[in-house]
Amino acid sequence: MKAHIHSLESFGTVDGPGTRFVIFFQGCPMRCKYCHNPDTWSPAGGTLMTVDEILEHYERNRSFYEKGGITTTGGEPMMQIDFLIELYEECKKRGIHTCLDTSGIIFNSDIPENVEKTSRLLDSTDLVMLDIKHIDPAHHMDLCKQPNDQILKFAQFVSEKGVELWIRHVVVPSITDDDKYLEELGYFIGSLKTLKALDVLPYHTMGVKKYEELGIDYPLKGIPPMDKDKLLDKKQRILEGIKRRRAESE
Amino acid sequence: MREEWTGFTPHKWDKEINVRDFIQNNYTPYDGDESFLAGPTQATKDLWAQVMDLTKKEREAGGVLDMDTKVISTITSHGPGYLDKSKEKIVGFQTDKPFKRSLQPYGGIRMAEKACSDNGYEVDPEISEFFSTHRKTHNAGCFDAYNPEMRACRSSHIITGLPDAYGRGRIIGDYRRVALYGIDRLIEDKEEQKASTGRVMTDDVIRLREELSEQMIALKLMKEMAASYGIDISKPAKNVQEAIQFTYFGYLSAVKEQNGAAMSLGRTSTFIDCFAERDLKNGTFTEEEIQEFVDHFIMKLRCIKFARTPEYNQIFAGDPVWVTESLGGVGVDGRHMVTKTSFRYLHTLENLGTAPEPNLTVLWSPRLPEGWKKYCAKISITTSSIQYENDELMRPVHGDDYGIACCVSSMVIGKQMQFFGARANLAKCLLYALNGGIDEVTKKQVGPKYRPVTGDILDYDDVLAKFYDMIEWQADVYVNTLNIIHYMHDKYCYERAQMALHDRDVLRYFATGVAGLSIVADSLSAIKYAQVKVIRDEDGIITDFETTGEFPKYGNDDDRVDEIAQMIVHKFMTAVRRHHTYRNGVPTTSILTITSNVTYGKATGNTPDGRKKGQPFAPGANPMHGRDTHGAVASLSSVSKLPYNDAQDGISNTFTIIPGALGKEDKVFAGDIEIDLNK
Repeated sequence: MKAHIHSLESFGTVDGPGTRFVIFFQGCPMRCKYCHNPDTWSPAGGTLMTVDEILEHYERNRSFYEKGGITTTGGEPMMQIDFLIELYEECKKRGIHTCLDTSGIIFNSDIPENVEKTSRLLDSTDLVMLDIKHIDPAHHMDLCKQPNDQILKFAQFVSEKGVELWIRHVVVPSITDDDKYLEELGYFIGSLKTLKALDVLPYHTMGVKKYEELGIDYPLKGIPPMDKDKLLDKKQRILEGIKRRRAESE
Repeated sequence: MREEWTGFTPHKWDKEINVRDFIQNNYTPYDGDESFLAGPTQATKDLWAQVMDLTKKEREAGGVLDMDTKVISTITSHGPGYLDKSKEKIVGFQTDKPFKRSLQPYGGIRMAEKACSDNGYEVDPEISEFFSTHRKTHNAGCFDAYNPEMRACRSSHIITGLPDAYGRGRIIGDYRRVALYGIDRLIEDKEEQKASTGRVMTDDVIRLREELSEQMIALKLMKEMAASYGIDISKPAKNVQEAIQFTYFGYLSAVKEQNGAAMSLGRTSTFIDCFAERDLKNGTFTEEEIQEFVDHFIMKLRCIKFARTPEYNQIFAGDPVWVTESLGGVGVDGRHMVTKTSFRYLHTLENLGTAPEPNLTVLWSPRLPEGWKKYCAKISITTSSIQYENDELMRPVHGDDYGIACCVSSMVIGKQMQFFGARANLAKCLLYALNGGIDEVTKKQVGPKYRPVTGDILDYDDVLAKFYDMIEWQADVYVNTLNIIHYMHDKYCYERAQMALHDRDVLRYFATGVAGLSIVADSLSAIKYAQVKVIRDEDGIITDFETTGEFPKYGNDDDRVDEIAQMIVHKFMTAVRRHHTYRNGVPTTSILTITSNVTYGKATGNTPDGRKKGQPFAPGANPMHGRDTHGAVASLSSVSKLPYNDAQDGISNTFTIIPGALGKEDKVFAGDIEIDLNK
């Protein structure tokens, strides 16, 4: 089996624990306004690679990744879930730590085949990094052109499967920085039993150049990067939500 | 056992001069974190404010605050100097006051004169006259013996940075011996050594006997110098303050007499810690006091200064002393060698603020304790002032009491030394191979008149064969030049203070070095995998290239070119090994031009890899700037494949990365602990 791979990064330090070998998959159904990898949207592009070809790059420099592992990201890696299962199962055979960086958008609790495949994938997943773009359905639709109900169900599914979970959230000034929703987000993720970390990311404008190169209009023109100091306060709002939920469930 | 040693575990060290044995039987590995550390005392803050003030004045004065132009620097040439005697817990300056640079003419009187005149001072005419007429210097000796070929190579920069006009440095005295044994015992030992030399007076025996005498004189002068500060170093140090002070006096003696290209300290922290632990246990000193001693020691090391010329500063990108101190590492018995004092040394970067000197170098191993690793990472992030080197690579060769001289040169402390040998410009050598020994910049016939490349398209096998021939020639003239340099340095500028703190029979590394490795690797790769057309000037000399097609570039973990780089290093080292070396030095080579890569680039013409005339080389073993396109690990992998056996004097890779690409900011990233706490 081959997958459409956008690129490989040999020194990933911000996509999961330790130093990681990061595989960028081609293709994504989301169209988040702040997406900084629009070049990975198309499912057709990239280089076709097999599991062995990818892991060959990993093995050459295995000693660098002793405290890390691989991270699959993109694009949306779960779009190519059959390949992902093959990759992850091979990683487990070789003792490689696997981290799935996903938006959760591919999950569909109403389709048994989808649930079954997701379940099989999670069986060989050590860590899921789920990026929840917005907790409110309407705002989510506006921001990403996709609903968020299955994304939230995916979060619960991962938690029930007992797989460790990091929640990521990008804070964009005037778009995802409303305290009310941040606390609501915290309240939701406070229910997730396998939650291990919260990764609050400041919006940056480094993606703008790619849009220019691709000739696409940048949807967030004029919105400034997120201020780091304000970000700490925003993170605190989410933590408050988590605390509230945990206090209730005690 | 001697009274000063009460509380220490005896073994062999109490019967013979053996600092390693003392450390191994007395040090306490520390597995904890940095929470025990103490901040700066008021005295430390006051003294450091004085140093900062002097630094500012020095900068305003154009780089030099004061120079000695009359007194030739020796161990005892100057009276004691202080910042503020009442506050200094560790004392001693190179001259009679801080920031006054000493006069050291033995390496070369012209260099000493120029260092003064370029900074607006003038060497006393009597001294100039004396060193031009009555007493030869190292520099004069070298030029007396050089042949025309050596001079041509020197001025065309195919061999560069030769230590023939200044002190060679790269020798580390075992300064700890002064603290552990006291000077009297060391003199006794040297007397025994002298009595044990061979009975037939060959050149070697005569030289050794004279050197041992010089060493004993140096030891006596050290005692005298210390006495001028009111301190008696004839006997062993009684406590940690004395241990630091005595060690520093040993080092100070060295820098009073040698303006070397690198004057490194060695591996002192775990040694000092044996005393610190004993004092803490006995209640002699508190943590705050011990940190204060360490702070004042490091402060003194930061004030070591030499008189140098602007050209020298240009080669070395500043005014480095290379007071390298090696920290941590793992012992051959498997115990790590991190102690509380290793932490205290790094902590000076917080107490005094960040600084390039001393060059704190962590000997890295995966087996170092977590607390130490984390502290190193933290200090690296906040100060960018730590150098890291691979203990796993060096320990099998050197054991667990080696130190780093300069930036990467490893040697066993007190038992080995190095003859520093600057470096051969390999990129230029490749161009000589193409042009039959004609220099591409000066158009002079510098190398041998071998057959040049004919035709317009470069053929890999043809170029490689020619390059190998030219490397043989280059190594030949290079090693012979170094033989002269080290002969003359020993004769006219002998390091008696440093060698007094060595064993009688030292292993001498005969260090060579190469520059331009990545250029040659990429150039050969271009010739092999793409098409390189030569462009000749009106004299028929190849001065430029036209490369069409893609070729693998060093720095991308691509064996096709990485193997070329390995092959070049092996070939060069093999050529060096075939030569006679002065005093049977063990030949090594290094790939480490960290700063001088810029000046080498200026003297080298266009190269087939696409680098233009005058453009800098990559530093050390680095891939050429911007050519490593597969991420940091792939880049590092290319470098790590270079054979250490063929480059035992060190391989350096300058690695720059924006902090954000190295991991999460802990304030923004709430890991599991914080969420747990918030339950």
